[in-house]
Amino acid sequence: MEAYVQETLAEELKPPVTSKGVIGWAKSNLFDGWFNSLLTLVTLYFLWKVIPPLVRWAFIDSLWNTTGAVCRDADGACWSIITTNLRFILFGFYPHDQHWRPLIAIVLLCGLLFYSRNRNHWNTYLVYAWIIGLVVMGVLMRGGILGLPGVETSQWGGLPLTLLLSIFGLTAAYPLGVLLALGRQSEMRAIKMLCVVYIELIRGVPLISLLFMGSIIFPLFLPEGVTIGQILRAQVAIILFTAAYIAEVVRGGLQAMPRGQYEAADSIGLSYFLTMRLIILPQALKIVIPPTVSILISAFKDTSLVVIIALWDLLKTTQSTLSNPEWMGFSREAYIFVAILYFLGCFSMANYSRKLEKELSTEEH
Amino acid sequence: MNEETAENSDLQATEEPIIEIIDMHKWFGEFHVLRGIDLTIQQKERIVICGPSGSGKSTLIRCINRLEEHQRGQIIVDGIELTNNLKNIEKIRTEVGMVFQHFNLFPHLTIVDNLALGPIWVRKVPKKEAIEAAMHYLEKVHIAEQAQKFPGQLSGGQQQRVAIARSLCMSPKIMLFDEPTSALDPEMIKEVLDVMIDLAKEGMTMIVVTHEMGFAKSVAHRVLFMDFGQIVEGNTPEEFFENPQHDRTKLFLSQILH
Repeated sequence: MEAYVQETLAEELKPPVTSKGVIGWAKSNLFDGWFNSLLTLVTLYFLWKVIPPLVRWAFIDSLWNTTGAVCRDADGACWSIITTNLRFILFGFYPHDQHWRPLIAIVLLCGLLFYSRNRNHWNTYLVYAWIIGLVVMGVLMRGGILGLPGVETSQWGGLPLTLLLSIFGLTAAYPLGVLLALGRQSEMRAIKMLCVVYIELIRGVPLISLLFMGSIIFPLFLPEGVTIGQILRAQVAIILFTAAYIAEVVRGGLQAMPRGQYEAADSIGLSYFLTMRLIILPQALKIVIPPTVSILISAFKDTSLVVIIALWDLLKTTQSTLSNPEWMGFSREAYIFVAILYFLGCFSMANYSRKLEKELSTEEH
Repeated sequence: MNEETAENSDLQATEEPIIEIIDMHKWFGEFHVLRGIDLTIQQKERIVICGPSGSGKSTLIRCINRLEEHQRGQIIVDGIELTNNLKNIEKIRTEVGMVFQHFNLFPHLTIVDNLALGPIWVRKVPKKEAIEAAMHYLEKVHIAEQAQKFPGQLSGGQQQRVAIARSLCMSPKIMLFDEPTSALDPEMIKEVLDVMIDLAKEGMTMIVVTHEMGFAKSVAHRVLFMDFGQIVEGNTPEEFFENPQHDRTKLFLSQILH
């Protein structure tokens, strides 16, 4: 048999061109066979029926700055309900002449959050900036010093309340959840049992019942004269609830870590805490970014449940404008507005998590 | 099984052996995986352990740095007995480097950070010095130009060389190798073995579990053959390969040397 020998080195070729212009693309994607063509036509007809009337209702025929009575005679959306009641929707019963304070607090918070998006900015100064920022926000909201009139927490409401409950809820629940996950993996029986019982108990009840417990049952156990603010009790309930869910997600990440990583860390003499902090958690937490963000997003939306213990969060203030006889019946506009606000919050979280995942990826650089 | 085979000229006779294992037993559940191991290892001695899979050779070296816990007998490393004392275990682990079959580099850290992590956090070396030392060891394993990459971007042979350098950064007195070339493509085995031979020339105490018989012949002072949780035979490489004593050793050698 004669040996097969390749004498020449194969030439490197460019990949074949697949783009075919707009018409080619439409032909291969939208009108590929009678069934796809039919689907395309039906979809187009549907869009033509829906989009123009929607645009006309929301923008062309809409009223932006009128009274409720004028709105009732118009065909378009009555955004006037939002513009007229905006300050109540955003700030609730916070004293009207002091609205600049929560406004500055929110701007400050959003500024800090936005600045913290970039991981290159994560250093000691940022920690100080956050501490100072939080103190300033607290002073602004609470008042009572520096010549600012005091405002009781019972008067807080609207957007500041929603942001307060969610941002503190999430930032406190995350580390607590991680600790619970580590505890559940622990070889120390007592700690493990404690964490399992906690997680299963909390996951076994609805958030609403936790809120009720915090609001109604918990004060019964306090000594006379001691009161803890309603907001704080709701806050704690949200933290405890969210932490249990985060713990289970993080546990999944911990279980995905190969044993070799623990062994390698052991073999260079790292202690348990250093192994967790430097080797295991950075990898495990990265793996579980997508489910963690899901939990954070749903926890953010769940803060609206505080309405049942008579806290006036963003959803409640919006809803209550609808009970004003002048604006009764414009619920579409009101709920669309509040939905947009919630969507912006959730979407920026999702967006940030995608960015973070990309940055932390070590596969391609 | 305690023949002194230190005929090799470069092996120093020291009063105190660096590792002493006395009648050591280990069970995995009901399974008796190590059945009375007696082994004394001198400083600068290089030992190759071979044997069929499941014979307990990996478990044996993993007991030396307490990745596995033994249930009976004694293991004394560098004068410290391995017990449940966590401080002692961590101390021994800083003195004993280990290289794994599957490298076990930290995938979320760059190569140079993989190396500097141990010195910085365990030995408390200042960061700048640790990085310099890491670069020095990377040059030693001929891979300094990859320092800023992540483990996932390197070939298997390169990763294993990084893993060796990572252990060396801790300035260990003993190096354990657990089948360091078994997970590598054939063309990458040599680059890893070359690094190990360099290390041997510098007088490192090495215990190597491997099937690379060429390496055993040229580098080892002593070759041990394990089967069914026991050290069946131990001898100088010349005697071990030319004149095996035990039937099981003969059978094993006939199976791997064709």
